[in-house]
Amino acid sequence: MINFLRLLWAEDYRRDGILLGVAVGVFGVTFGVLAAASHISPLKAIAMSLLVFTGASQFAALGIAGSGGEPLSALGTALLLGARNAAYALSISEVLPERRLPRLIAAQLVIDETAAMAKAQSQLQLSREVFWITGISVFVFWNAGTLIGVFLGEVVGDPLSWGLDAAFPAGFFALLLPQLSDRSMRFAAVLGASIAAITISILPQGLPVLAAGLGAAAAATSARKKK
Amino acid sequence: MSWALILGLAGGCYLFKIGGLFAARSRRASPWLDRYLGHLTPAVLAGLIVVQTFDGGGTLTIDAGASGLFVGAAAAWLRAPFALVLVLAAATTAGVRLL
Repeated sequence: MINFLRLLWAEDYRRDGILLGVAVGVFGVTFGVLAAASHISPLKAIAMSLLVFTGASQFAALGIAGSGGEPLSALGTALLLGARNAAYALSISEVLPERRLPRLIAAQLVIDETAAMAKAQSQLQLSREVFWITGISVFVFWNAGTLIGVFLGEVVGDPLSWGLDAAFPAGFFALLLPQLSDRSMRFAAVLGASIAAITISILPQGLPVLAAGLGAAAAATSARKKK
Repeated sequence: MSWALILGLAGGCYLFKIGGLFAARSRRASPWLDRYLGHLTPAVLAGLIVVQTFDGGGTLTIDAGASGLFVGAAAAWLRAPFALVLVLAAATTAGVRLL
């Protein structure tokens, strides 16, 4: 066991995947605390973290339905926020296992963190390994965090006040940064960021991030023209 | 929060993930599509960074989170370890909120 842990800790990318899971776990405490505060039963909060396993969607559903909003509007907004995982799945599909059952299990782990970590690796083999390490780490810590938040929320308080919400965009930037040395990647990212910034006040929640994907289409088109 | 909503949301979120994988497998081979999919995650993540930092409930807002992103990004630029980037971003945001 100790040897196994030492092996996990030995490589940067493995360590980073685990750390990302720990950070998500602390965020999971926030989800549990909010769920308890909105009088969602512990079983429902835990079921959400296990089955939905998409942080942004869970927070949105909680925010709308937990405060007496229309269930259908909660579902719509939460689904729009989960839709970007389809884009990640499309983009990193070769990282996931080919065999059916492992692929169906791995699919549940396709989220912001695993896509960012997988995409940050230079070799497919490393992407595959880090996808599983990050995915399992995030899954375990997110659910453990939810449990802690639901049952010990009053003791531990809401970790959101620690500024953890800013850790994720900064972490994603760190994972994106090495890819930005490539010109067309830089173009796609800058365009995606700009589209999101412009559409935040125009489009409903969830759509600005999807619209950012248009940056990839523009980059793919302009890369061909140059050749 | 009803069970119907939770299960509907769980099913829908999983369908998106599976749907993306299915579409990737059944797609036709095309160089443009290869390039598009190769650029898709960076573009979406860049958009996500902006939304997570600057979306103040449907308006572009600059608050404590922006300072955290700025410090974290600078640390990443200076090749700080990943853990330090996360901690610096969170600590900066928490600090600015306390002010």
